[in-house]
Amino acid sequence: MNQLKTTNLRRKHRPGESLIQGLLFASGFVSIFTTLGIIYELGKEALLFFQMPEFDFWVSLTNTVWQPQAGEFGIWPLLTATFLTSVIAMSIAIPFGLAVAIYLSEYATPKVRSTLKPVLEVLAGIPTIVYGYFALMFMTPLLRSIFGTEIVQVYNTASAGLVMGILILPLITSMSEDALNAVPRSLREAAYGLGATKLEVAVQVVLPAALSGIAAAVILGISRAVGETMIVALAAGAGPNFTFNPFVGAETVTGHIVRISGGDLSYDSVDYNSIFALGLLLFFITLSLNVISQRIVRRFREVYE
Amino acid sequence: MNDKEYIFQTKDLSIYYGNFKAVTNINLNIERNKITAIIGPSGCGKSTLLRAFNRMNELSTGTRIEGGIQFAGQDLYAPDVDPVEVRYRIGMVFQKPNPFPKSIYENIAWGARIHGYNGNMDELVENSLKKAALWDEVKDKLRQSGLALSGGQQQRLCIARALAVQPEVILMDEPASALDPIATLKIEELMQELKKDYTIVIVTHNMQQAARASDYTAMMMLSEDGKRSGTVIEFADTTKIFTRPSDKRTEGYVTGRYG
Repeated sequence: MNQLKTTNLRRKHRPGESLIQGLLFASGFVSIFTTLGIIYELGKEALLFFQMPEFDFWVSLTNTVWQPQAGEFGIWPLLTATFLTSVIAMSIAIPFGLAVAIYLSEYATPKVRSTLKPVLEVLAGIPTIVYGYFALMFMTPLLRSIFGTEIVQVYNTASAGLVMGILILPLITSMSEDALNAVPRSLREAAYGLGATKLEVAVQVVLPAALSGIAAAVILGISRAVGETMIVALAAGAGPNFTFNPFVGAETVTGHIVRISGGDLSYDSVDYNSIFALGLLLFFITLSLNVISQRIVRRFREVYE
Repeated sequence: MNDKEYIFQTKDLSIYYGNFKAVTNINLNIERNKITAIIGPSGCGKSTLLRAFNRMNELSTGTRIEGGIQFAGQDLYAPDVDPVEVRYRIGMVFQKPNPFPKSIYENIAWGARIHGYNGNMDELVENSLKKAALWDEVKDKLRQSGLALSGGQQQRLCIARALAVQPEVILMDEPASALDPIATLKIEELMQELKKDYTIVIVTHNMQQAARASDYTAMMMLSEDGKRSGTVIEFADTTKIFTRPSDKRTEGYVTGRYG
């Protein structure tokens, strides 16, 4: 009888495998380490701010003036400006971004699609400082000519918000379109087979099935809006202003950080410490947005597989 | 020529994908309230032909037809015919069960709702599920996702969904190919029930299924002229196709000698 070829089943030493595994693990760890590093650094400096004798958390909570050097620590004027620009931006980016995504994935012919997608990607690749000038030199004069120069100030949150919406639109479009495209063709066929129109298929079948991806896109868009800096620094105004009027200047959280850190700043001054506290606040806003979105998505999405 | 009532009549029907002629010269008369099976080897254009009956093909770009299909005396491909209306009157059940990721109730109700059904929806859902022989298994969990059902149940849900819009014809594209033998048998029994009210055209790979379940059988083959285009080589009573086929190739195929 022939001897069996496979007699040695013992584990072989494969140094290449272990090396690659180690490298992959290390690169995954880098991002975790970076996040931890950011939290540590922000937290350390912010703690100095919170420990200052002038700072009283409960008083600050109802204060509407932000003037750290004068001992006024009301965060509201910065938050309202961030809120205003973000809401304006998202009210442009979500409806139009979704509309474009639905058009691209359900209606456009391959030819139209292959032209429109690169154009959108270019839009996403423009440096934000260019958008900032676009807001200041184009959007603001436009708003002023429509609503009047007495109503619309030179620096205003509306202009910054609108342009920010244009900036975020391609992000929403691209992510939503991926989510829509991932919906299996068989679901569309099922709906068409019942005599559904294109609109019914897109809005009532494909869109709900892609909801988790779209919600992720929207949340990422909001995070982007909250954190966007250059446009608001240029066009929204320089100086905290507690207002909900989108036509007057107001400084967002990010805009404030830019302006303060751009000036002469001594280490351990009130201003210096305060911008770390603001940074930490931004960090928690986006973090909680992510957590909330995950909850919402888990609850409402239609799982198709 | 006789008193049979034909719901579909194709005339020299050819179907193209771009420049590729997938199906050539089909002349079929599909009788009303009967089950017509389309059989043949893989890639011979059975599904393409089936999808021409409810204008499903044109959802992929670049498809077109030559010749024509009459549906109850109307030209299905006339310029003023709305494919949405066509698919409303001619329902379809697919190879892989594809329920919507919605509740069982909503799976049935959706199609009726988009067509403006304003009767009692609960009743419609119940009746459709009963006709599809699924009611007893799901009546206590109508709010659960359709995807929570087994494969066979999902396919009956898809049949119930198609029935709920009250079509004239149900096209079935290998409806049992993803199912186990017991679920397959259930679908076949169901088809016998359904043919009282509907006309069924079914594509199948399964010879026994065609022999058991259908009244007429169309045998398709790729042409042997090198163009690799599918056509119907024999169309007759199912009994005749399986016992005394007139074409040698049909005989070879149904007896399992090739294909």
